[in-house]
Amino acid sequence: MSVSQDRLATTGLRVRFPRSAGSGQRLSVAATGLAVAACIAQSVGAGVVAPRSAIAFAGLIALGELLRLNLPGDREAAPIGTACALAYAVAIRVGSVPARHSAFQVVAVTGIGMALGTLPHLAVGRPARTAGMASRLLAVACAAFAFRPLAGTSEILRHWWAALAAMALLVMVAWLVDVFIAACIRANTLRARFWVTFTDELRVQGLLGVAVGASALLIAFAAEAMGLVAVAVFLAPLLVTQVAFRQYAGIRATYLQTVRALARVTEIGGYVETGHADRVSRLAVAVGRELGMAEPELLELQYAALIHDIGQLSLQDPIPGGATVLVSPEDQRRIALLGAEVVEQATMLDSVAEIVRQQSDPCKATSRRGAASAAGATAGAGAGQPAGPPLSSRIIRAVNAFDDLVGSSADPGRAASVVDRLRLDASAQYDPEVVSALGRIITRRSVLPA
Amino acid sequence: MGRLSRATWLYIGTVVAAAAFVIARSPHQGIPWSRLAVLAVLFLVCESVPTAITPRRVAWSPGYAATLASVVLLGPFGAALTGLVSAFCLRRGPTVAQRIFNGAMYALSAYIAGRVFLFLGGTVGVPTRDSFPQIIGPFAGAAAAHIVANYGLVAGVLWLTSTADRSQPGGRGVLDLRLPLPDLGYAVFGLLIAALWSVVGPFAAILVLIPLFVARWAIAQFADQQRAYEATLRVLCQAVETKDFYTRGHSERVSKGSVMIARAIGMRPERVEAIRFAGMLHDVGKLGVPTKVLQKTGKLTEEEYAAIQLHPMRGLEIIREIGFLDEALAGIMHHHERIDGRGYPMGLAGDEIPEFARVLAVADAFDCITSTRSYRGARSLAEAIAELRRCSGTQFDPAFVDALVAAVERDDWQTPEVPVSPPDEPAEAAAYDHDDPAVPLRVMGSR
Repeated sequence: MSVSQDRLATTGLRVRFPRSAGSGQRLSVAATGLAVAACIAQSVGAGVVAPRSAIAFAGLIALGELLRLNLPGDREAAPIGTACALAYAVAIRVGSVPARHSAFQVVAVTGIGMALGTLPHLAVGRPARTAGMASRLLAVACAAFAFRPLAGTSEILRHWWAALAAMALLVMVAWLVDVFIAACIRANTLRARFWVTFTDELRVQGLLGVAVGASALLIAFAAEAMGLVAVAVFLAPLLVTQVAFRQYAGIRATYLQTVRALARVTEIGGYVETGHADRVSRLAVAVGRELGMAEPELLELQYAALIHDIGQLSLQDPIPGGATVLVSPEDQRRIALLGAEVVEQATMLDSVAEIVRQQSDPCKATSRRGAASAAGATAGAGAGQPAGPPLSSRIIRAVNAFDDLVGSSADPGRAASVVDRLRLDASAQYDPEVVSALGRIITRRSVLPA
Repeated sequence: MGRLSRATWLYIGTVVAAAAFVIARSPHQGIPWSRLAVLAVLFLVCESVPTAITPRRVAWSPGYAATLASVVLLGPFGAALTGLVSAFCLRRGPTVAQRIFNGAMYALSAYIAGRVFLFLGGTVGVPTRDSFPQIIGPFAGAAAAHIVANYGLVAGVLWLTSTADRSQPGGRGVLDLRLPLPDLGYAVFGLLIAALWSVVGPFAAILVLIPLFVARWAIAQFADQQRAYEATLRVLCQAVETKDFYTRGHSERVSKGSVMIARAIGMRPERVEAIRFAGMLHDVGKLGVPTKVLQKTGKLTEEEYAAIQLHPMRGLEIIREIGFLDEALAGIMHHHERIDGRGYPMGLAGDEIPEFARVLAVADAFDCITSTRSYRGARSLAEAIAELRRCSGTQFDPAFVDALVAAVERDDWQTPEVPVSPPDEPAEAAAYDHDDPAVPLRVMGSR
């Protein structure tokens, strides 16, 4: 299981492996479905309040769900649907009529809208992504159950600024609930630490969340100022945002594909064994995650791992098998420097170039034992940096050595013995922490069925 | 902008005088000053953020939302005062003259928009529920008038300042007419702000603009990623050129030549963009050909020749997964096909060859002929054109040869500088260039 999850993490937007939902996740999705059914039954039993606005909002939510958006890192959002659902939850008046629908009705309308919007996705064979939907629904439900009892009855909502403050607060709470759930799911499926995934989610969803919240308030107020017809018009600002985000996510995916193409160049040129770059990048990201790295660093690590052998292009003759672990430290260093030079020409990859440059430096420049005589020639340059190479470089160094020695072999015994060999070299050549994290991942892979 | 000519100063002076005249002549009573202050601050914020450039090089100007909201909420005079604020924007770029002109220009066009709004029957003030949908007609008229006035006034000053270097074709003298369309879209947000004013007052502006500023952020990120992506593509094609000294710059020039042909035959802009990338990457498959073969001085063996003929397929293998237009991929794969069907890798003939491939083939050969090779010097443009004409119809598509010849005669062609022999490895230059149409064709299995 863990292998497929590692893949899921590293392949990002390009290839989508079936998400292996844990049983807990499946259970909570089922519970959410039941809760929606209960809410529908309750609202129908109690009589649907203001059916016209209920239908209008369900339609808008369905539209929003239809226009789902892929965010960087295999995430999914439905900004328009979420904004409409939140607006329905915090609406005070529709036209001149006070909105008296219950929280149950909000959940029922949102659930029906989401289901309707998902049908076309299912029809063309896209996955339903029930976990994300359940999380969005729960967030909307939180806002609805907190706000509906207040709406129409409370004195404090008389003034627009008090109403605005209450609505803004609840929309924010709802957003935090969504982020919290998303972070839990991610921490669970990717085997990452919760705090790391939580800050990752905040970073990725933050600005979009602000836009969604503002639009939710905008729609709620527009329903009050101009009635239902105008509501759709007020989706325009959010629509602009969504288009911009879609372009951004698209170019990010293309960029990753280009870096992959660059990685393939060394393979097709016969310098490196086929699949080496891909395996190293996957394993490196898994190690980085095990060590608690955050997403932007992981992305740089992934880029650097994909193109860590690019320097070999400048060699006249390929190294046999492309295994840099077998050549002298001077040659390793030369390849790393040539690679960094190539990477530096791609303007955005400055930090990546740095990672590639230092991948051949032994982990601790100060305490070199054993291999010290062999690495003597490189000591001069390494001594200037007391901190040693960055974590990403150390990870690539260890993972690259591991892959060079194991190759595409699937034999767990061989992998384990290679890890042991790296462990013996650790503290002189490799970062002991990185090697033990690598060891944990390899053990997990060999114990669990792939 | 440099020093301004007398005509420019006269023009700016006229615009400023006109703005001053309409502001001075309007009645000053009945203006809700606090509302004006809020809208002016809003406009200032919109104008002060650095302008992001969308992929189509369109400046993002949310300022329209503020001035048009003023048109509805304050009337022509108030809108003119809001526009005046533009002179004090906090952006560093503009000179004093530009600031004065911008302020007067915005004031004048906002005033005109306000007049049009009134003329078409709009009523000034906070719109109520009854104002819709009657307000939409006058508002659309006002928005159109605002944009037309704005672009007209700016076009005037650009025309005057660019007289000095008007000889340069495609200079900044002409305003792109595609610019106003997105602005018309942003103008709608002005109506949204005005419409919500009755419920949440000035907060309406903030709620409308937050999603737009987030969009702006995303667009800026997009532009960054786009740059990085192009830089990475360039790295990819430079990697090819490290393998062969004499072909340095070849990819860039083939890209340029293909774009010239594509423009000459009137391809759509997206396709021109795609062929630009295709030209840059057309030889990327040479990375899959052993360096020894590429740089071999003697006669090639059959196996080595086959290895070279494989490079279009290798190129496809490398870049297949990049989210390109499929056309660019097809172009790269087939750029060595010939019209008479004797090319490689698949021996397609005539119209079976994808259009991109036929364009690339012409540009590729043209650059090869006009460049220096180890076994011959560069030939002149006239010789190259004669050579293309000679092979036109057998190797090349005559339409694209004509297009390239016409484009080269019009825009000229920068031939590469004669490369100095690489000092350390003078013997390592290839004796054979697979792009050279003068090199006799070899068909597999024949000798």
